[in-house]
Amino acid sequence: MPETSRGGPLRRTVLLLSAAFAGLLLCLGVSSSAVAQEALGVHGLLKDQQDRPISGVTITVTDDAGNEVGTVESGEDGTWSVELESEGAYVVTLDESTLPDGLLVRSGRPQLEIDVSSDRTVLFPLDTQLADGVEPQAPGDDPSEGESDGDDPGDEGTSADVAEDGEQLGELENEAGATRAVSLLFSGLHFGLMIALAAVGLSMVFGTTGLTNFSHGDLVTFGGMMALLFNISFGVPVWVAAIAAVLLGAAFGWVQDWGLWSRLRRRGTGLVSMMIISIGVALLLRFATLFFVGGERQRYNEYVGQKPWDFGWLIITPKEVVTGVVALVVCIAVGLALVYTRLGKATRAVADNPSLAASTGINVNQVVRLVWTIGGGLAAMAGVFLSINDGVKFDMGQHLLLLIFAAVVLGGLGTAFGAFLGSMIIGVFVQMSTLVVAPELKYVGALAVLIIIMLTRPQGILGRRERIG
Amino acid sequence: MDWQFVFSQALTQAIGPTMLVYALGAIGLNLQFGYTGLLNFGQAAFVAMGAYGLAMTVVVFGLPFWWGIVVGLLAAVVMALLLGIPTLRLRADYLAIVTIAAAEIVRRLARATVWSEHTGGSDGMRGFSEPFFAMNPYPPDGNWSFLIFSMENGRLFVDFGVATLQYSSRDLWIMTVGWGLVAFFLVVLGLLVHSPWGRVLKGIREDEEAVRSLGKNVFAYKMQALVIGGLIGAVAGFIFALSRANVQPDTFTTDLTFYLYVVLILGGAARLFGPVLGAALFWFLYNIFSQGLSQAIRADVIPSSVMHHTQVGPLVFFLLGLGMVLLLIFRPQGILGNRRELMLDVR
Repeated sequence: MPETSRGGPLRRTVLLLSAAFAGLLLCLGVSSSAVAQEALGVHGLLKDQQDRPISGVTITVTDDAGNEVGTVESGEDGTWSVELESEGAYVVTLDESTLPDGLLVRSGRPQLEIDVSSDRTVLFPLDTQLADGVEPQAPGDDPSEGESDGDDPGDEGTSADVAEDGEQLGELENEAGATRAVSLLFSGLHFGLMIALAAVGLSMVFGTTGLTNFSHGDLVTFGGMMALLFNISFGVPVWVAAIAAVLLGAAFGWVQDWGLWSRLRRRGTGLVSMMIISIGVALLLRFATLFFVGGERQRYNEYVGQKPWDFGWLIITPKEVVTGVVALVVCIAVGLALVYTRLGKATRAVADNPSLAASTGINVNQVVRLVWTIGGGLAAMAGVFLSINDGVKFDMGQHLLLLIFAAVVLGGLGTAFGAFLGSMIIGVFVQMSTLVVAPELKYVGALAVLIIIMLTRPQGILGRRERIG
Repeated sequence: MDWQFVFSQALTQAIGPTMLVYALGAIGLNLQFGYTGLLNFGQAAFVAMGAYGLAMTVVVFGLPFWWGIVVGLLAAVVMALLLGIPTLRLRADYLAIVTIAAAEIVRRLARATVWSEHTGGSDGMRGFSEPFFAMNPYPPDGNWSFLIFSMENGRLFVDFGVATLQYSSRDLWIMTVGWGLVAFFLVVLGLLVHSPWGRVLKGIREDEEAVRSLGKNVFAYKMQALVIGGLIGAVAGFIFALSRANVQPDTFTTDLTFYLYVVLILGGAARLFGPVLGAALFWFLYNIFSQGLSQAIRADVIPSSVMHHTQVGPLVFFLLGLGMVLLLIFRPQGILGNRRELMLDVR
């Protein structure tokens, strides 16, 4: 991999992001200083989501007998440390009332019991989101994900934090069993709907043209980015920005087919060449986004720290409900359109057999153009919805792409209904698998499913055998 | 701005250690994609197998260096078999999706914190390359000069007037071994593809059914190509790991595979020297652009209001993507290739 020169600040941010927590998003926690110290003690670094250090927060350390060992306030740079005299079990308490307004300890555990045998880092993940075991908001991404081309070997300290944090998450996750499962199920369904929005387009493009489009993930990013542009730069409300982004996504799909793919089809370019061209398009779009927007995760100016509805058995944020319902309605509408409208029937006919469809008088190129337009719009919608939850980042689509592939292959390449079904299964599977495996490995499970399906039923759930020949 | 520096850097990299990694990786890919038509989008995983196989064997299990080489090669073979058995009977794009997924699984497993004491997590591993550099015949403090070559304190300078190449003694050792391996694999591959075996591979690429009807076991041939290509990928991984003296999971993203494809197509797929030429050109262009832009920004030729130095990387990769698209549209055969050979179709 070529070493990029955008090493320094971006990479640090990314690493700090990863350090914040493994498997949850939307917040930056606390990371330790990288300096190994000889002295025995506990220390940490308090930062908010925007990576600004937080000062003046009171932290108290008591030993296991309840005697106070030390109380400190975090300094200007957000660091704090308490020296200890002997090894043993200690309780570290963060006084939440001293936190700045709106910030909370995300894990809902301002008090941590730790065993100290050497100098130790203690992490309090801070967030503007609500605390109390709020479920991972972040199906769409994996925060331990770092786009880091340039390698910088001087970061041992940071990854120690990751490990440390993973450890604590592990503890956390064993807590609320059933509630957690229900919440994960819902967050999985939501995630599945998001994948479905993106997958329908990918699958239909494949069905009608045979192209495995590796740049489809970047249509998702495109949607998120356009909404960001409208929301932040032009200052319009998120819902308006979302509509604008979907329209622009559709227009982008149309332009891509008009300017590139339809021309390639006319030239008779081979499918493998087109597939590799789509990889080039993906690189081009991704790095153009990085060039203009930068590598940080950015958020819209609304719905960031939304108070979740707590039903006892389920904690869910209103934005998840709204985006989920809209996605479901759109998916149903697309399904109905495919079954009942003339154009929908024509689309399915082309997906079935392009030459036969052409000979019955269907304008294949028009249908393909339509599929690209709708696919682009739906992918953009998925991007906006995911970004409302998790913020938008230049490589979000790239990471989603493999899950979209998994969903599409699971459902059966080239079928719209299969894509929907596969997406829901993959979404739920990814989220539910965190009950068993570490959150950072949740994508691995989904990708493993993809390979297993290849082994056993390569045509997918709804696919027909002849397609794979 | 210092054009000579930019040009020297680009030339240095065009035949340097990193270029060798890409050349070797693309040679493996050439056998799979160029000659057999297999869309292996997981070459990064094979490179990772080599690099991690070597590093883990030496660091975690404390076995000698040569064991690491053996383990790395074996890991690549196992990987090829695991990927090939389910997918080689399917259509080409299925192999593409499965290999890309497998490569991502490998990378995510390697960077997982769950077993980071064995794999090093996202920091990777170091401390396995000493036995290799202990064999280094180039003295780290040599001083001599001969015509345009001169050695100063173990750094070799090759002065062409317009540009000066320079390599450390470690680079030289890596390059000696690396170019040796490139030459070796080119000879082997050249013999293989001009043998009856190689003609069967090309036949599979052109028309699988025809080859099958001749009584050939297409699956076995494809598998052999996948395994051999993967082995060469693992060798690229050795050079990668040794040249940096560390392994890091995030260097094995799917982007690595994509760049290998760029290298292969740029040079010309299904041509013996395509990957080598492609890799040299790729790194030359990459460094010309990134060093040139950095220099231009530093010298205020490009004002910082137009472009910040952190944007150089994205811009160069953007141009790379654009170049890849244009190349495939207008010259899919690359520099050396034969256009008719690349008219692949999977449907």
